[in-house]
Amino acid sequence: MLKNYFKIAIAVLRRRKFFTFISLFGISFTLTILMVLTAFIDKVVGDNYPDKKRDRLLYINRIQQKGKDNMTSGTLSYYFLSHYTGMMKTPVKVAISSGFSGTNTYVNNKKIAVSYKYTNAEFWDVMDYDFTEGRPFNKQQVDNADHVAIISEDMKRQYFGDVDLVVGKYIEADNVSYRVLGVVKNVPVTSYMFFSDIYLPYTVSKADYKSKSYGGSYMGVLLAASKDDVPKMQTEYENLMKRVPVESKDYQHLYSHAKSFFTSYVDTGNEDTSGVFIVITAISIFVFIFMLLPTLNLVNINITRIMERSSEIGVRKAFGASSKTLVYQFIVENLILTLLGGIIGTLLSVIALCAINSADLIANLELTINFTVLFIALLVCLVFGFLSGVYPAWRMSKLNVVTALKAQ
Amino acid sequence: MIRLQNIEKVYRTDTIETLALNSVSLDVAKGEFLSIMGPSGCGKSTLLNIMGLLDVPSKGSIKIADRVTENLNDKQLAQFRNKTLGFIFQSYHLINDLQVLDNVELPLLYRDTTAKERKMLATEALEKVGLANRVKHFPTQLSGGQRQRVAIARAIVGKPDIILADEPTGNLDSAMGNEIMDILINLNRNEGTTIVMVTHDENMAHKTHRLVRLFDGSQVQ
Repeated sequence: MLKNYFKIAIAVLRRRKFFTFISLFGISFTLTILMVLTAFIDKVVGDNYPDKKRDRLLYINRIQQKGKDNMTSGTLSYYFLSHYTGMMKTPVKVAISSGFSGTNTYVNNKKIAVSYKYTNAEFWDVMDYDFTEGRPFNKQQVDNADHVAIISEDMKRQYFGDVDLVVGKYIEADNVSYRVLGVVKNVPVTSYMFFSDIYLPYTVSKADYKSKSYGGSYMGVLLAASKDDVPKMQTEYENLMKRVPVESKDYQHLYSHAKSFFTSYVDTGNEDTSGVFIVITAISIFVFIFMLLPTLNLVNINITRIMERSSEIGVRKAFGASSKTLVYQFIVENLILTLLGGIIGTLLSVIALCAINSADLIANLELTINFTVLFIALLVCLVFGFLSGVYPAWRMSKLNVVTALKAQ
Repeated sequence: MIRLQNIEKVYRTDTIETLALNSVSLDVAKGEFLSIMGPSGCGKSTLLNIMGLLDVPSKGSIKIADRVTENLNDKQLAQFRNKTLGFIFQSYHLINDLQVLDNVELPLLYRDTTAKERKMLATEALEKVGLANRVKHFPTQLSGGQRQRVAIARAIVGKPDIILADEPTGNLDSAMGNEIMDILINLNRNEGTTIVMVTHDENMAHKTHRLVRLFDGSQVQ
């Protein structure tokens, strides 16, 4: 039976080359876009470099204070993070680092754009950066405000060129020289909490890290001893924040949360709007509309395609096919078409991802096809095939045999 | 084999009602070869479609192979058609995308058969109509007569009790028409298949056991 369906499906596809082309193009093109999108999301959300211990981590990257007429929201000050997380009992370690900022440096009169961020020493224990050479700076070096730096592989190549080892050499940024202590593998810029070209001790920062104001440019990551301690750690932070006084009498409320990776990644910094909700809704709407158009198009093409075969439908019914059997046949045919589109789409996606990677649109972001993406793509294909096949098949199966046979 | 009682068929549109069949009663005995004649639009095909359970009458009762078919659902109807009835159409209605053998196998797809059985039965049916050497051809590569023979092979492959033929020679010249007619006559004689044929052709009709004439939806002979 299936073999028979397959035969006729292929025959029909070959007979109507233009329809087939339009259908396949629609499916594979849509699929390619979705695959690139999922690859992107997958990379951004799913890739856990350098925060490999994600299931034991909570991220603090916002503080919001709200009054009747005033509202302030943003990243936190070094003082706030170290002072308050210092009071906590559950975290075994707390990584504190600033967001990355940009500056320029010059090598052989060539300008290089450089981003740098400040971290504390524990940052290197909480995070699992892969060191290709050297080591991180320690607490003593931070306390001494030593001019030392960890740089990314990318930075090493740009600044020093093709050399083996750079530990001990000096790198200049913002007119200050730093001694390179270590080199780490690149982090994509989409991982904005951890991306940088140069990592420096926070004590060398020109900004006053001792300032007691709440707002600043820092974010914190709490490390729990085990996965089971994470909820406790979260509650502890919540309770702690309830006791923290607001900064001035302009404000009545203070909010700051320790969140899981995804929630913190899309945090809007506003207590009333959930970033997770916005992101998921936006993606869903986009995917829905993006899939709706080709599906409608396919439904249309399918109706024409199927109605053209009304004689066949009539004959099959006359010789004993029930409506259900026919619906099944046309859905199978459609699934064959969409799976074909799926295969082409997958190939196109590989090409598209390679093109995106080689064009280097986003620093250090290497998109790859992985099994999650492939699985999603396959699922999308099946949904496509099903959606675009069901309605025409159902309509066609309702066709009266006599009318169907006359239509030729 | 077939018993129609007071069959009435009315086609309704918003403005007009057309009476296609008016109180037609007909008995077809087992093993009979019956032909139905009448001018265009007299309701011949409608009658045949009703016998073939492809259309439902507005009034009246049908019994086919001793079975009342009125209350069968879609699936039961399909199964009943598959086992009991074979159809031959004026314009063949072969599926052009499928090879001859696959076309003939079609009724068997809706039964519990293996691919091997299907192939065997279809080849057998094609041998009966003298087309055993055309199995790999596509319908468009065949002449009209050959196509109709494929259609006959398809109608007989499932060994139905009844064959309903709607102007099977209507698109063919007389030589080819006679060929087709001979096949049907042999089938009726040798296998005992009951055949009801709608035709315009007096010569063909006279080769059958009995002739029924319709005029404006009523039986006149």
